[in-house]
Amino acid sequence: MSRTTVPVTITVDGTRYTDEVEPRTLLVHYLREQVGKVGTVVGCDTSNCGACTVHLDGRSVKSCNVLAVQADGSEITTVEGLEKDGVLHPVQQAFHDCHGLQCGYCTPGMIMQSIDLLNENPDPSEEEIRSGLEGNLCRCTGYHNIVKAVQQAAGGAR
Amino acid sequence: MTVTEDRPSVEPEIGQARKRKEDYRLITGRTRWTDNIVLPGMLHLAMVRSPFAHATITAIDASEARNAPNVVAVLTGADVAEVQGPLPCAWPITEDQKAPVHPAIAVDRVAFAGEVVAVVIARSAVAARDAAELVDVDYEDLPAALDLKDAAADTTLAHPDLGTNTSATWIFDSAEAGTGSPVEDAISTARDGGILLEREYRQQRLIPAFMEPRSTVVDPTGEQITMWSATQVPHILKIMLAMTQGIPESKLRVIAPDVGGGFGGKLQVTPEEVITLMAARRTGKPCKYTETRSESLMAGHHGRDQWQKLTLAATADGTVTGLKVELLADMGAYLGLVTPGIPILGAFMFNAIYKFPAYHFSCTNIFTNKTWTDAYRGAGRPEATFAIERLMDELAHEVGVDPLAIREKNWIKHEEFPFATVAGLEYDSGNYEAATAKARELFGYDELRAEQKRRRESGDPVQLGIGVSTFTEMCGLAPSRVLGSLNYGAGGWEHASVRMLPTGKVEVITGTSAHGQGHATAFSQIIADRLGVAFDDIEVLHGDTQVSHKGLDTYGSRSLVVGGEALVRAADKVIERARPIAAHMLEASADDLDFEAGRFSVRGTDQGVAMAEIALAVFAAHDLPDGVEPSLDAEATYDPVNFNYPHGTHLCALEIDTETGGVRMRKYACVDDIGNVINPLIVAGQVHGGLVQGIAQALWEEAVHDDAGTLVSASFVDYLVPTAADTISFDIEHTTTPALTNSLGTKGVGEAGTIASTPAVVNAVVDALRPFGVSDVRMPCTPERIWKAIHARDGADDGGGATAEAAMPHFDEDQAGANDEGAGR
Repeated sequence: MSRTTVPVTITVDGTRYTDEVEPRTLLVHYLREQVGKVGTVVGCDTSNCGACTVHLDGRSVKSCNVLAVQADGSEITTVEGLEKDGVLHPVQQAFHDCHGLQCGYCTPGMIMQSIDLLNENPDPSEEEIRSGLEGNLCRCTGYHNIVKAVQQAAGGAR
Repeated sequence: MTVTEDRPSVEPEIGQARKRKEDYRLITGRTRWTDNIVLPGMLHLAMVRSPFAHATITAIDASEARNAPNVVAVLTGADVAEVQGPLPCAWPITEDQKAPVHPAIAVDRVAFAGEVVAVVIARSAVAARDAAELVDVDYEDLPAALDLKDAAADTTLAHPDLGTNTSATWIFDSAEAGTGSPVEDAISTARDGGILLEREYRQQRLIPAFMEPRSTVVDPTGEQITMWSATQVPHILKIMLAMTQGIPESKLRVIAPDVGGGFGGKLQVTPEEVITLMAARRTGKPCKYTETRSESLMAGHHGRDQWQKLTLAATADGTVTGLKVELLADMGAYLGLVTPGIPILGAFMFNAIYKFPAYHFSCTNIFTNKTWTDAYRGAGRPEATFAIERLMDELAHEVGVDPLAIREKNWIKHEEFPFATVAGLEYDSGNYEAATAKARELFGYDELRAEQKRRRESGDPVQLGIGVSTFTEMCGLAPSRVLGSLNYGAGGWEHASVRMLPTGKVEVITGTSAHGQGHATAFSQIIADRLGVAFDDIEVLHGDTQVSHKGLDTYGSRSLVVGGEALVRAADKVIERARPIAAHMLEASADDLDFEAGRFSVRGTDQGVAMAEIALAVFAAHDLPDGVEPSLDAEATYDPVNFNYPHGTHLCALEIDTETGGVRMRKYACVDDIGNVINPLIVAGQVHGGLVQGIAQALWEEAVHDDAGTLVSASFVDYLVPTAADTISFDIEHTTTPALTNSLGTKGVGEAGTIASTPAVVNAVVDALRPFGVSDVRMPCTPERIWKAIHARDGADDGGGATAEAAMPHFDEDQAGANDEGAGR
């Protein structure tokens, strides 16, 4: 197996990183192991759980489903890049306010997906929230309070 | 002194919906999952696992893997056979229990698909995984014991050396125990003019499926070996590793950092933890292992997996007279930490909230060549609750009355507490009438029944089913004496300490180990009220055996009711230690001091001193009373005197499309009595999450193996953990009957939703299908099974739907022996 690497330049949470990666390296492994963005986590190996969801040029992607080389030249936002000047993003705040997390492992992906959902549809119905989060698994909350959190964040945006 | 009263100026913390302290790091990604830990020179592990359920290992050629780039070592079972020690089982349920030795790395034989046969240690996770592909293992396939009933008949042996698949049989009989009359008498009487329900139910195999895959890091470079692990039980893990790995307990430190869910699935001492420890000791370097999701689903322990043979005797009017339970429980290939005891935890719960005068329970634990089973949320009690709540619906149907009416006829009335049950427990408190009345109203029971009637009469292709579950559970594991009587290898106490810092802050150390439950918040609320300290000034420390040196961790809905009580007692000791010092500072008699809202005051005066001032004075220690130790810190170890018994009434309405078998949940309402609530926000979260796990058992989840014993539901593509789109929002409320066995009057809540909801949902499915002659649908109640059940009376295969009719001949004495595959033989 070839061990050649290729150079990539990727902006993550506002900082530009230049690295060498193996072509097979997944974006999530690049973020965690090379950039140190361990706030983004791996929950499965079949792109089902969504725990690794980040934004690639403003749209949510499952970072286990993107190669690092595909992100070359792109801007990535992770859960670590949402808080600005000590102020939580409204979706982060809503997850806190509504108890939308327990163990917190799905939370980074859930928050990133919720933000994308609200960017697409600022005033979603409960059904639209539920189908918009279908690609993200949570084992603790039963989704009840996650849905409420997205509703609160949507209300705040109005 | 009471905590919450006589506090005019300060709102009590207990009862407030405090937002969680834990959240900030979790929502901003400043987390410490085990897999995040990186240490200098760290090596990475990848496991080589058996693809066979049962096979002899005839040869392992690891030479290519050893020569692969950046590989440091490859270890096989043969390499570590002399040192790896057996994995522990702490709960031998009988003296003559049979069990195979459970190695971390299989040496000459594998007993389930997914068992580790070798480990590759390399400089990176990628290098380790690449090289693991190069390890060449020769297997000789052996026949595998897969079906539980076949295994019970010893058709194929999971462990040929044992000579049987039966590990142990455990029996409780109310006549022998003196807690009730002989059940056979009740059954005979019922046969003659009464009602005898004979049913068989299947508890399918489930997978805990916590979101954070298990991960372990071991650093051997300090004076103590430090293990970080994604575990619920750092204290138990430390003790068990010391006992099995030849390491002095004092030379081990176990840390559970941020842990991403457990649900019983991380209540274990795992092969992977032992292997990582061995790898670190061998290489002298920090080692990390993180499993993939497939590995997690395949090799992390599973849950449930029983056949339940049930006989309920009643009089013609539906008054219950006896219950006989015969279980077959699938252990899988090995006995894990508490594997054999899990079904036994159900022994005390089949009688539930009902006044059975006679009860017999037997459970036979059986080995198969599958992943071993062990604790999964509820652990034995969901199985029991499912069985009895399904039976009560069947009884209602038999008598021809509403399922709530049959329950009320048989349940313990609120004025009858404390109540000694036929299973030998004493229920301290409860009010089933109140919870049920409230749930009925919240649900809109009568309106939904009316709608159901309309749909039935009009022949609507979409039928409505209404399911009931009036559950109780025993939680707060556990009184040590009870555990001793059940032959469990440890106690059930919990430890806490309170440290008063000179700056007025308070450190609270608990032996429980939260992994999502919100202990830092709830325990802060308790201490804030008890000591009159600000919520934000309290730091809760846990999950590190060097910080919290003593504890028994988190499972069995025990943390608040056992750990919280230890905390209260430690705090009360702090107050008593402070009292003479306060008296000295105030130049008053200790007897004249009142403690309230964090302040000692001299009765009848405006003189007083705050706890923070005392803490600083103690730190300085310049002027303390003679002979008084300069410390306010205190600890307490609390052993509960009884379990505690939350209960509730859960009501579920499902719409079933009879043309497709499709299920849509229309409404789910529950009223749980969990005693006094410390934090309603956290409690609601526990209930919601519990409900979905129980609903998932009813409708979606099952660990499915193929004919060769390979787990085919070994990814989230196939193992159906529900999504937001599958579920609905719930209506939850509470009634409150404080527990009488702890100071705060609290009861456990972590498992309640899971225990209660499964039968409520299946009862709703069956209720919708009654007009089609359906009396059972096997879990998970998939559209296919529902459709087949509807069409069964047209002569179609019932698709594994109903088990009831097939079970009937098992119980007919005239036909005894006609079917030897019945549970419990």
